[in-house]
Formats: sequence, C-alpha cells, structure tokens
Amino acid sequence: MLRLPSFTYLQPRTLEEALAMKADAGAEGMYVAGGTDLYPNMKRRHQEPRTVISLMGIRGLGGCETRDGGCAVGPCMTLTDLCSHPTIRQHYDTVAQAAGLVSTPLLRNMGTLGGNLCLDTRCNYYNQTYEWRQAIDFCMKKDGHICWVAPSSPRCWAVSSSDVAPVMVALGAEYVLVGPGGERVVPAARFYHNDGINYLTKQPDEILCRVRLPRPDGWDAVYHKLRRRDSFDFPVLGVATWVQWQPGNGKRETGRVAEARIVLGGVASWPQEVPEAGAALAGTSLSDEAIAAAADAAYRPAKPMDNTDFDLSWRKQMTRVYVSRALAELRRRRSAR
Amino acid sequence: MASAERGLRVVGKALRKVDAAAKVTGTTKFADDLFLPRMLYAKLLRSPHAHARIRSIDTSQAAALAGVKAVLTGKDLPIPFGILPVSQDEHALALDKVRFVGDPVAAVAATTEETAAAALARIAVEYEPLRPVTDAGDALDHPEPRIHDYGDLGNVHKLIHLEFGDVEQGFQDADLVREDTFFFEGSTHLPMEQHAAVADWSADGKLTLWSSTQTPHYVHRALAKVLELTPARIRVVACPNGGGFGGKSDPFSHEIVAAKLAMVTGRPVKITLTREEVFYCHRGRHPTLMWVKTGVKQDGAITGMHFRSLLDGGGYGSYGVASTYYTGALQTVTYHVPRYKFQGARAFTNKPPCGPKRGHGTPQPRFALEVHLDKIAEQLGLDPAELRLKHLVPPNSITANWLRVGTMGLGRCIEKVVQGSGWKDKFRKLPTGKGIGLACSSYITGAGLPIYWNPMPHSGVQLKCDRGGGVTAFCGSTEIGQGSDSVLAAIVAEVLGLDPLDVAVVTGDTDLTPVDLGSYSSRVTLMTGNAAIQAAERAREIIARHAAAQLDVSPERVAFAEGRVFDVERPERGLTFADAVQLAEAAEGTVGTVGSYTPPPSPGKYRGAGVGPSPAYSYSACVAEVDVDPATGIVRVPKIWIAHDVGRAINAATVMGQIEGSVYMGLGEALMEEMAYRENRNVVHKIPSLLEYKSPTTLEMCDVVTYVVEDPDPNGPFGAKECGQGPLLPVPPAVANAVYDAVGVRIDEVPITPEKVFKALRRKEKGEPGRFGPAGFPDIAWPAPTRVPPPWEGGDGKAVPLTPGASPGTTRSRKPRARARGQ
Amino acid sequence: MPPPPAPAPADAKTKIALDVNGEPVEVAFAPHKTLLEVLREDLSLTGTKHGCELGECGTCTVRVDGMPVLSCLVLALACAGRRVRTVEGMAAGGKLHPLQDAFAELGAAQCGYCTPAFLLAAEALIAGNPRPDRDDIKRALSGNLCRCTGYIKIYEAVELAAARMRGERAEPTPESLYGVR
Repeated sequence: MLRLPSFTYLQPRTLEEALAMKADAGAEGMYVAGGTDLYPNMKRRHQEPRTVISLMGIRGLGGCETRDGGCAVGPCMTLTDLCSHPTIRQHYDTVAQAAGLVSTPLLRNMGTLGGNLCLDTRCNYYNQTYEWRQAIDFCMKKDGHICWVAPSSPRCWAVSSSDVAPVMVALGAEYVLVGPGGERVVPAARFYHNDGINYLTKQPDEILCRVRLPRPDGWDAVYHKLRRRDSFDFPVLGVATWVQWQPGNGKRETGRVAEARIVLGGVASWPQEVPEAGAALAGTSLSDEAIAAAADAAYRPAKPMDNTDFDLSWRKQMTRVYVSRALAELRRRRSAR
Repeated sequence: MASAERGLRVVGKALRKVDAAAKVTGTTKFADDLFLPRMLYAKLLRSPHAHARIRSIDTSQAAALAGVKAVLTGKDLPIPFGILPVSQDEHALALDKVRFVGDPVAAVAATTEETAAAALARIAVEYEPLRPVTDAGDALDHPEPRIHDYGDLGNVHKLIHLEFGDVEQGFQDADLVREDTFFFEGSTHLPMEQHAAVADWSADGKLTLWSSTQTPHYVHRALAKVLELTPARIRVVACPNGGGFGGKSDPFSHEIVAAKLAMVTGRPVKITLTREEVFYCHRGRHPTLMWVKTGVKQDGAITGMHFRSLLDGGGYGSYGVASTYYTGALQTVTYHVPRYKFQGARAFTNKPPCGPKRGHGTPQPRFALEVHLDKIAEQLGLDPAELRLKHLVPPNSITANWLRVGTMGLGRCIEKVVQGSGWKDKFRKLPTGKGIGLACSSYITGAGLPIYWNPMPHSGVQLKCDRGGGVTAFCGSTEIGQGSDSVLAAIVAEVLGLDPLDVAVVTGDTDLTPVDLGSYSSRVTLMTGNAAIQAAERAREIIARHAAAQLDVSPERVAFAEGRVFDVERPERGLTFADAVQLAEAAEGTVGTVGSYTPPPSPGKYRGAGVGPSPAYSYSACVAEVDVDPATGIVRVPKIWIAHDVGRAINAATVMGQIEGSVYMGLGEALMEEMAYRENRNVVHKIPSLLEYKSPTTLEMCDVVTYVVEDPDPNGPFGAKECGQGPLLPVPPAVANAVYDAVGVRIDEVPITPEKVFKALRRKEKGEPGRFGPAGFPDIAWPAPTRVPPPWEGGDGKAVPLTPGASPGTTRSRKPRARARGQ
Repeated sequence: MPPPPAPAPADAKTKIALDVNGEPVEVAFAPHKTLLEVLREDLSLTGTKHGCELGECGTCTVRVDGMPVLSCLVLALACAGRRVRTVEGMAAGGKLHPLQDAFAELGAAQCGYCTPAFLLAAEALIAGNPRPDRDDIKRALSGNLCRCTGYIKIYEAVELAAARMRGERAEPTPESLYGVR
C-alpha cells in the first residue's frame, strides 16, 4: 500500500481560522480542498507538508451566486456539483463541459473547482514515486537540479494540466484571493506563471475564495480536450476559445467577431493564451480562412515537451486541428442560435 | 469421454459461478485481505540502476530503527531459482548484480508498513554502474558487458533455428512471394490486484505461504529449493487471484522473501506490492520484431513460410525460452503451411523481465501473420475471408512442425463473423475513415509438456463423498477469475447428477490438493476437467454398484441426476444420492476417489518440439470495425464481432466472459497499451502507473458480438477447449487490417497509436508508401538448423542429422531430446 | 542527493465516530490514514480493495454520504460524522442486493477484485437515475477499471438490476449468457 506520510490535519470553519492555522504552520503548512491532487502528490513525496489545512469545512467557499449579472463560484464546489449547477449549465456551459471532462466521475465527486484551477503542474519525470525519481537522480521540481525535459533549461517545464483554467483565462474570469493582508482580485490570466515550479502567482498562504465569471452578454466559448482515453487522463492539449460577437444595430447582430481569445492547455507551464490567434479572428465571421489563420497562429507558439503522454510533434500538430475544430464549433453554435 | 454422449444437465448451462456470491459480496479473501496476529509487514528495496554490480550493502542503520525485526540481503538467499529449469537465473535479492531498475536488493520486516518503508531508506548500497542494454537491437550490437554469464551468444539468451521441409523450394513453387516486417510492442498484464503474499513459520519447522499466484506448485518447488526446506514442510496456498493473465505465474522474489522473513522472525509476514512494483514484476508480453516471407499460389495456397522473431526479454529468463519457441510454433495450425522455417532469438536487456502474458508468445506472430495475409490477399485480388477459408488446416491432421490438430472450427468461426458483420457489403466499400478488417487465430488448450520434465500427470483431482450427499473436490488448480473452481464443480456435478453448489471445491493448496500445474497455458478446463471426470466416474462406479444392489438392477442401469440415483428404465425407482453414498460407505468404507490427467504424447520428437503441442487447439475469427480520423490519426473501434471455437462450453456465461475479456485486452494492446522506458535515463520504466499505462476504460471498450462455436473435441472434457486466451489474438491484426480499409495506410506495429497513423497518412500524401512499421530485421548469427521433414515428406517427427560440414553452426541441435522437453 | 523521506513517527491515534453501513462506529487510528486503510486495517472491512492508492483505477470506491468516492484519497479523519457505505453493507438479511444478484447471474464478477467498486458506483448511479441507458452506465462507470470482463457483462448486469429495482420482471437475454449461436 502506498501511504501518506504523517502530518497534522486541521479542519477550520472560517477563513480567518484557516489563515491563522496557516500562519502557525508556516512553510510546512498547506491548504487542501478535495485532496485528489495533493494526496497522491504527498504519497509520492512531491509535497511534504507537516500540517494540512482543509478548506472544505469553511462556509462561504462553496455555492454559486449571481452578482452584477455575472456569477461568483465558490472554489470548494466539487466538479460534479459545478457541472450540474443550473446557472453554470445555462450561462456557462463551457465551464460545465470542461469541468465534466476532468478525470473520472469519482474524482469529480471529490475534486473541486479551486483544486483544478490550482492543479500542480505535471510531468512524467515528476509524477513518480520517490524511489523512481531517485533512479533518474531527481529533477529540479523536487529534490534535484536538472529539468530532464530540457536539461540545459534554467526553469522547470512541467505542464499546466488543468481543464478549467484555460477556460477561465479565455472567459476573462477573475479570482478573489484572501490572505493575511486582506483580499485581492486577480484576472485569471495573471494567476498563472509560465514556470513549472512557480506556476501560480498566488502566495502559499493565500486562499482562493471566489471565482468570478463575466456577465453572459454576447460572448460564447468552447473547450476541446485531447487525451488518450475519454476518462482518467489529463489533457495533453486543451483548447479554450472565446469570442465576443459584435453587437449590431438594433436587434440584428452583425455575425462578426469583435474580440476573440484562444488559450491552450497542456502545452506550457501555464494556460497559454495566443493573442495572435485571437487577433486573426477579430472582424471576421469565423470563415474557414479566418479559422485557418487562427489555427496557424496558435500552432506556432505551442511548445509541447516530451513529458506527457503522446509524441510531442504530433501534439503540436494537433494544436492546429483542435483549434480549428473548436472555432468551427463556435461558428456552428452561433448559426444554430 | 463417454459422459459427453448423455444428456447434459449442468455442462453447457450459464450457471452462477460457485464463488459468485463471495465475489459480489466482497468476502473472497485475496492475499492482501489476510491479517494474522502479530503479523509484520515487509518491503523490498529495489535497484535504482538498470545494470550495476553491487559493491557493498550496509543495513546497520535500517536494522537499528525501532520496529524493524529483520533485514535481508542477497547473501541470505544465495540459491538461484527461475520458472524454467534451463534458466535458473534469478535471486530473491540481488546477489552481486542488479539487472533492471526495480530489481530487488534488500528486504525489511517491521511492525508497520511505514516503518519498513522508512527502514529501506536507511540501507546504503554502493553500486558500480555498468553499461545498460536498452533493447534487443542494442543487445545484438553489444555482447559486452554481459547481463548474464550464460546464454547462446553475448547478450542473446536463446537462438532457435528450425526447418520443416525445403522452404526455398516452396518459394520457387509460388506465384507470389512477399516479405514483411512487423513489431509488436511489449505490454503488461495489469491485474487490478497488486501481488501480495503472507508467510507463516511455525515452531515445528513448517512454512505456510498464502500468495496471489497462478502456480502454487511451482512456487512450492522454488521455496523448497531456495530455502533448502523439504517440500513436505512447506504449504503454499494460492489465494484467489485478483486477475492474473500470466503475470502471477512465476515464483517471485517477494514470495521467497516473505517466507524467509517469517522464518527469521518467527512471526507472520505480509508483503503487498505497490502498483509500481507490479510493473517491475512484469513477465508480460515480449516486445517482438518479426520478419515473415511467404510464398503463395494464385489462389492463396501457401507454398512455404519463413518466419523470424527477435524478442526483447528483459533482465531474466522467466518463461522466455518457451516464449521464443511460441513465437514460431502456431503459425502452422490455422492455414496449411507445407514448408516452414523458423528462426527465433531472445535477448537479455536491462528491463523488467518479460514472460507469459495471455496468449504467451503467440499474439505477436499472429499479428504479423494475419496482417501479412491481408496484404497477400489484396495483392492476389482475393477476399481475405475467402483466402483463409480455402486453405484451412484440415481437422485431425498433423502440421509441418508436427503439431496434431484435432477438431478445427475456424471455418465456422469465419463464416459467423463474416455473416454477422455484413463483411461482404462493407469490405473495401465503406466511406473513407470507416473500415473493416478480419483476422483469425488459434491457441493451445494446455501445453503438452510440463515446465520441468517429469512423467507424472499434469492435473489431479481427489473426491470425497460425504454421507450427507455433499461431494468435495480437491484439486491444485488455481482460481484467477477465469472460473476454474466452477468448472471443477460443474464437471463433478454433471457426472454425479448433483447441483454444482452441492460440490465443495478445495483448490490451490499444496497441503490439501493433488498437484495441478497451475492456471497458465489455458490448460485448466481441459486437464483438471478430464481429471475430474475420471475421479467422478470412479466415484459413480462405486456408488452405482451398491445402489444397483439395493435397486436390484445391474449397475449399467443406474443413472445419476438431480441428486438421485435411480433405475434409468424406471426412474421412479431410486434413492437419494446421500442414501446411495451411505450404502457404498457401509459396504466399502469411506468413499473417495482420485483422477488424473496426462496429455497425449506429441508426434514431434525434435529438440524444441516441446513447445506448441496441445491436446486441442481453439480457433477464433474476428472482424473489427474502425473509425479513423484522417486529420488526427485517432482510431476508434466501435464494434467487434468475434467467433470462438470452444469445443464445448462447460459454463456458457463464463465462456462469454472469457471471450469478451480477451477482446478487451486485445483491444488495449491494439490501440494503446505499451511498456515504455526512458533509454536515456537509466532505462527507467517511463510510466509505471495505472494513469499513464493506458488500459481502456468503459469509454474506449467496443461493443462485442460473440459467437460461440461448439465442435466438441474428443480430447476435451465433454469436448471442451480453451477460451481464455485465444480470442485475444485476432483482435490487434483485425484492427490493423480495418485501419487499412479505412484510410489506406498499413500500421505494421502494435499499438496502433494516432501518431503512427498520422505519420503514415502524411507519408502517403507525399507519395511515399503509406506505412508505419519497422524498417527491417537485423542480421543474427543463427545456429545450424534443426531439420525435421514434415509428415508428408515421410518423416517420423525426428530431426535428421546434419550432413557433416554442410553448415557452419554448432552441434546444439543434436543434444539429447530429453533436454528439449519442458520448454 | 537529498535526504531520504523522513521516517514515520508512531503517530498518536485519533478517534472518530462515523456511520458505516448503517451502524454507528467508533474507531481510532493514526491521523494520516486514509479511509481505505481504516476500513481494511482498523475495521476489518476488507471488501474494499485497492489497485494503486493514487486515484488512478477506481478499485477502492466506496460511498460517503451517498456519493461514490475513492477511499484511497479520502482522509479517514474527514469522515467523522459521515455515512460510509461499503460492499459489506449491500446484501441484507442473507439476500444479495439486486445489483449483486445480477452481477452473479451474468458473470460480471470474474476475479471479483474490482467488483465491490463497480457495485457501489452502479448503486449510486441507479439511486440518481433509475433508468440508466447504456451510455449513462458507461459514463458513470468510466472511473473504474476492470481488466477481466471488458465491462460488457457489467453493463448488462447494471441494466438488469436497474430493471428489477424498478419492479420489472427482467431476465438476461440468451445472447448475453450464451452468445449468438
């Protein structure tokens, strides 16, 4: 049996209590929500907190309420609850869809929105037991000095493997963080770093306490996921596409794109937005040519490395195909409206 | 068997398995479910090096840790073992050398598993790394440093060269000669249960080991050898296995270590492997490179076949010599091959050892052969189903390599899947991206020879008839989920006219049960079944004698059914089975009988003839339908039609389960399963986890239409042949052939991943051959051939002496025949 | 090289009360233990199996407050006051649960190792959807691996049990038990 190391487990009821517990525990304390990311990592000795502080008992970190036309979601909502929440399904079906593609139904019953947004970056030189990592002389993400994916690299190339994060970045969602110094709001895009080790701008003692989704007014989004199996597997490529349709005069819309964002998951240490790809769509009606141009633009910066499932050159090739297909779906959704 | 002629009441029905209630309530005790008082927990320290000499081991820090009760190293268990007598090359803990990342080096027993793990981290091992051998090609290129100090050539473990008739003449007679190369990637069994063992040592010098093993008898022998105990003082109990598929068929380090730790500490010791460690036990499918050259006439009749295989064996012998022979053995039992030549080689490499996985050594050549035939059919302009149907091996015949084929239901299997799938309307007629492919196969129903040479039966059954009417069947066979306990109960119940639930089965326990060689090579239903029939018929004879006297009829008129023993001509005249047993017991004493089974001798008498013979061959035909996305290369398999010639189903529902399960495992190998290593990083296993080793989920599994073809074989119990392995074999080639039908590219490699399809499609677009597969087969210094004339050339199954000086090879082929047996 | 992982100290046990299969239970264990470990090692409920302990196979599925979850990734401490249901709680009064009965009838349990997990995941599915179609079943069970059956007998057993639980008189089809002849 692969077992957890020993640690102290704390179950605060309020945010204040949690922050105080973390302050007491110092660097050896960690927050946990569903545990589906942290506990396997602890069993493999990736993280070795001496104190684990559960956020699941904190009232106010769950639920979902509508505010200013937008929606604020509690990060401790399980992915299963998120998928089935009526507001999310009605106005943010892409969020529900991405959440529904995470791992397995059982893990979605346990794993949370916040957990998926803060998911540790992944790498198949890293997501291994201590003994396995010892056989490769460890890597820089834990216990070692070299990134085996790119041995001359000064930084770690572990991969952002969240399904929901690229969607949040594409939507322009905002995260509300609470720390010892109070509350701050961070745009989703600025929550992530392109670094496999320091992949979040969140400070270790800060708690993600709300995820604000923008008002559903004339935009649409689609998420496509590439992986070996339709269950269990993390994305080796995620494509989140978002378009704001131009408002027309009066009731008629022009059918043209005002603004677009394309964000890739699984190809970098953060959800990788490709502004050139979005720009290629502005003013178009998602014609085949515009889609091809955007797909081409998205293909160029995608930099999959040899540290996930599948051959990396094929994964890069697939960027074009998956971006095209996601955009084509957006176009279909529009004409079906 | 005489019994098969009568009306059957139990055999053939879809009855609940005798252990079904225990399985669905979670009460089945798997090895890790055993908790004994004062039990210690053991863990193994494994090598972080792929290939290294051990300079020193310091265990003092570990031994000093509170809670640690014993620490072992290789010096404590210096006697080698191995499943085959010809490759006794394993040590429970590495003695002086490690041969793969994960090779066990030391062991700890402690009061908790956490403490044992902590103690491992305090063992200091000094290694002197050696150049690792990364794959079979590397082994050919680098004979030094040697992984083992035995083997046929450098790092080549085994070389085989067999020739049955003049193949070159066959090629000259052909209208078309075609050569292809194929590669079949290694894969592992991945049973959901991680191996576990519990050992107990009693003060009177007796050892008991409970283990998730498919082969308690072989574990018994290995324990006796390594621990230097008399077998009479060792009891091995095979717990029900939580899946085996061949992965629990070797004696393992952890079993021996648990036993030794129990002996040293005087306390029960449990060891349960982690999932990662299960990957290191491995013994799975050998990665195999293959080259095949076949001559055919215009109508597809084969005139000669030359087959070469190169197996990547990993760090130890395991079943590898047998596996190597198996890659050449069964090419001849499906379509008539008049002249046949086989050259096989197995290399040692610094990876977890390969061995027997479902289909043992035969899915690889079957993939090659069936895709090769698909290409031949296309070149000849023949329908591949028709080509196969026209040239089937006739029933009751002997093949070029001297295998005796009995019943042969492949023709009916092909007809079933061709008709059921709508083959004729679909083949080469579906729109681009959709495809259909066909492949066939055959598998042994039990190996004709035991693993170590001996003239004793392969399976024994003992019956005890109780005064209360219950019957207990004792047999060494091992329940691994395939339903062997239920087959045993069903057969005894059939012969004695009982309900299977009135038959208690005691299996897989070397103290309690007569030897059965184990749950491997699809042997149990046939061999245990025949032994059970013999034991039950002997019991019936005793009971019938006394019932007949009571009923005042001749014993021949006594029938057994529905728990009664009665006059067959006046069925109302009879007595209960219990009363009949009591009459017999009163007259003769305790009613108990034995039965045993030994396979018929094989007609082949040459060195190497020990692998391939079987009392009966099962046959399968498969049609796969695929959807291929040309933009990505992603292949999905919505549906498979499979027909399997099982001879006769003993339990129809269990047969269905075995066939569907075989299709599942074949599909996994066809599409995604792969043992992958980091050659540049110490040859570590790239993905030793259930997440990254891709086993199909419910969302990848296809629909399956199963046709059960029954053509009772005289050698099988009630005519039964195997069904647990054979139906896996045709799945990968059927998928490959369907991919070609869908998008016109040949993927001559398993698994058929999207990357490979994508690359082949791009090549095709560029006007290059639309193929992905190995470029060629390396030059190997084959030994001189063992030449055996096929039956139709007047041979007697023996090798003919080589003409002196005719061939530069060794004299290996002239060694005494007895040495070849048991491989 | 970094120091080896720290040895586990003999943690002081913590006691919790919870409901296991409808019975109130008090159990003491080291705080880092998972629900899986406590069920098997401290409550002797070995019906719950394990295949990886990393959430990668589904073999350790149990229901907590009705929801099927992976007991290898649930801390036992987090289960204080909650309802845990394991395979041991399914059969009642010496009678199999309809799902267990259907699994036995169709041979949906081969080696039986993943079976408890499939039963609990299927039970939760039917609780929320008494009439699941084949795709519903595939999706609901897509977090549970089985290496023996190819899942087909499992689907059929879930369909059969669901029909019976709806009060229908359902029987397996001849094709599912005997194949196409």
